Amino acid sequence: MGRTLAEKVWSDHIVHEGDGLPDLLYIDMHLVHEVTSPQAFDGLRATGRPLRRPDLTVATEDHNIPTVDVDKPIADPISRIQVETLRKNCEEFGVTLFPLGDLEQGIVHVVGPQMGLTQPGMTIVCGDSHTSTHGAFGALAFGIGTSEVEHVLATQTLPLKPFKTMAINFEGELPLGVSAKDLILAVIAQIGTGGGQGYVLEYRGEAIKGLSMEGRMTICNMSIEAGARAGMIAPDTTTFEYIKGKPHAPKGEDWEAALAYWETLVADPDAKFDKEITIDAAALRPFVTWGTNPGQGLPLDQSVPDPQSFSDAVEREAVENALAYMDLRPGQPLKEIAVDTVFLGSCTNGRIEDLRAAAHVIKNRKVAQGVRLLVVPGSTRVRIEAEHEGLDQIFLDAGAEWRGAGCSMCLAMNPDKLTPGERSASTSNRNFEGRQGPGGRTHLVSPEVAAATAVRGTLSDPTDLVEV
Amino acid sequence: MEAFTVHTGTAAPLHRSNVDTDQIIPAEYLKRITRHGFEDALFASWRKDPEFVLNLPQYEAASILIAGPDFGTGSSREHAVWALQDYGFKVILSSRFADIFRGNSGKGGLLTAVIPQDAIEKLWEITEASPSTPVTVDLQERCVTAGSFSCDFEVDDYVRWRLLEGLDDIGITLEHADAIGEFEKKRPSFKPVLN
Repeated sequence: MGRTLAEKVWSDHIVHEGDGLPDLLYIDMHLVHEVTSPQAFDGLRATGRPLRRPDLTVATEDHNIPTVDVDKPIADPISRIQVETLRKNCEEFGVTLFPLGDLEQGIVHVVGPQMGLTQPGMTIVCGDSHTSTHGAFGALAFGIGTSEVEHVLATQTLPLKPFKTMAINFEGELPLGVSAKDLILAVIAQIGTGGGQGYVLEYRGEAIKGLSMEGRMTICNMSIEAGARAGMIAPDTTTFEYIKGKPHAPKGEDWEAALAYWETLVADPDAKFDKEITIDAAALRPFVTWGTNPGQGLPLDQSVPDPQSFSDAVEREAVENALAYMDLRPGQPLKEIAVDTVFLGSCTNGRIEDLRAAAHVIKNRKVAQGVRLLVVPGSTRVRIEAEHEGLDQIFLDAGAEWRGAGCSMCLAMNPDKLTPGERSASTSNRNFEGRQGPGGRTHLVSPEVAAATAVRGTLSDPTDLVEV
Repeated sequence: MEAFTVHTGTAAPLHRSNVDTDQIIPAEYLKRITRHGFEDALFASWRKDPEFVLNLPQYEAASILIAGPDFGTGSSREHAVWALQDYGFKVILSSRFADIFRGNSGKGGLLTAVIPQDAIEKLWEITEASPSTPVTVDLQERCVTAGSFSCDFEVDDYVRWRLLEGLDDIGITLEHADAIGEFEKKRPSFKPVLN
């Protein structure tokens, strides 16, 4: 019988078959950052276990670092200790680290692909749920907890039960002005935050094939917001061209061997998925969340829903809680919602193409009075590339803040936060209560919608802007 | 890890669905580098509300949490499990758990037992009418009992076995060290390595 993409990658990594128990799966690349690793390194020390493959482990600093004054010591002493702990652990165990100030530093899920460390058919893990990002290359990539981080450090494997497989088939092409972010927000709204539980989502169809690697990463990145373990897209010439020439891309004969293997990484025509759903890509429109989980979203031209329109009692209560927290009333047009802050960045939408898309919208325009636009590149290389293209000047001319690379206001561990009651339009991935700062309210949007919203001060898409 | 067989304690009803790990423990508490001492961080934002269930004296000693569907969604932070355990929880009951959270719980010895939503609602009723009702969670029998109410729960077989035995996952894997070495010899040379 034919196999799905996920099943192919899985079976190529089985070290020991579980026969009812979990399979022992080999891990090709382990990405490490400062927040979820210190207790894992402590575990190695406590048990006297060595790090099995430092050469398959790479670390960067992203979650808990400032995006201003990056050449100075970190002001928050607790954050500083955590970052210094990562540096000491990497030194002690021989792990390659890209620290703050290094040219290769950045958000772990931006760094892997841009260095060519993310390749088709690999298994990739990280103590971060957005590891699903790397599935855009046809890798099986998923987030793990700190105990599993320790497990991978010690054994380069993980005991896992096979994930179920779900095909998400897109019919038709994505309309002009509709981005990868809109597409994935629509998927999550349709299947719900628990809809992908236990599954690897495999995104297929013309709308996916037409996307750049950046767009594909945005989609796979948010698979976790649908509850899925991972998201995957079969590699094609777009993938191969992106990887070719990257610092860690295979070269010479290795490139030919890799390519021959990568070309087999597609679901067989007779592959059977545990579940399949179909989405009409041609009918999609710019999308925004109104609630406090990523499944609570609607097309931007709609209105805030009425809790009474939900028949399920648990869901109705969740909507009531969300509207109370978000300070929204049923029937309010989404485009009338005014924001205080716009955040452009994160592992979802902090890549060069995202910055270009937003800059294109905001060029020769100004950020609305009273609105703060924070632009945080996903990596130092993205920042430098953007500056080379003059994007920083476009944002600065519009009245935005141009920052150093990191996770920043996506999770508000560093000083970049919303204040209580403040409302944001954010290109990040989570609109949970307090996610961007205690009491803060988040609307998830695409880079294009973020830029248009910054200009108008209310949730907007680029077609709402007057010509300049 | 401490073995888990049967636990009896009082239970707190948490009437929320989609309890994400940012609610269980906000990011500002993740700066700590220890594995313990997170009890103050549990539900830090919600605990500012005096009416929040864990602030009510009748649920002060609860060691079982009865939650709505999709508990533990979002971030992979294992600190969420540590915060629940440091606070004193031994068992979480829900009709659906997020995958990474459930995995993390199994590693740390926190039991995530899956029961249908109607059983959750029954247990909410019982523990609201009589907060001191002892609730027993029997991992051997896969059964939850509260007064005259009883229902079976689902738990992954492998996780159940490990919890019952109190086994260290890494130790189990290292028994396959030779197989890992053999696998490594056959890995293609085009796979990336750090220098």
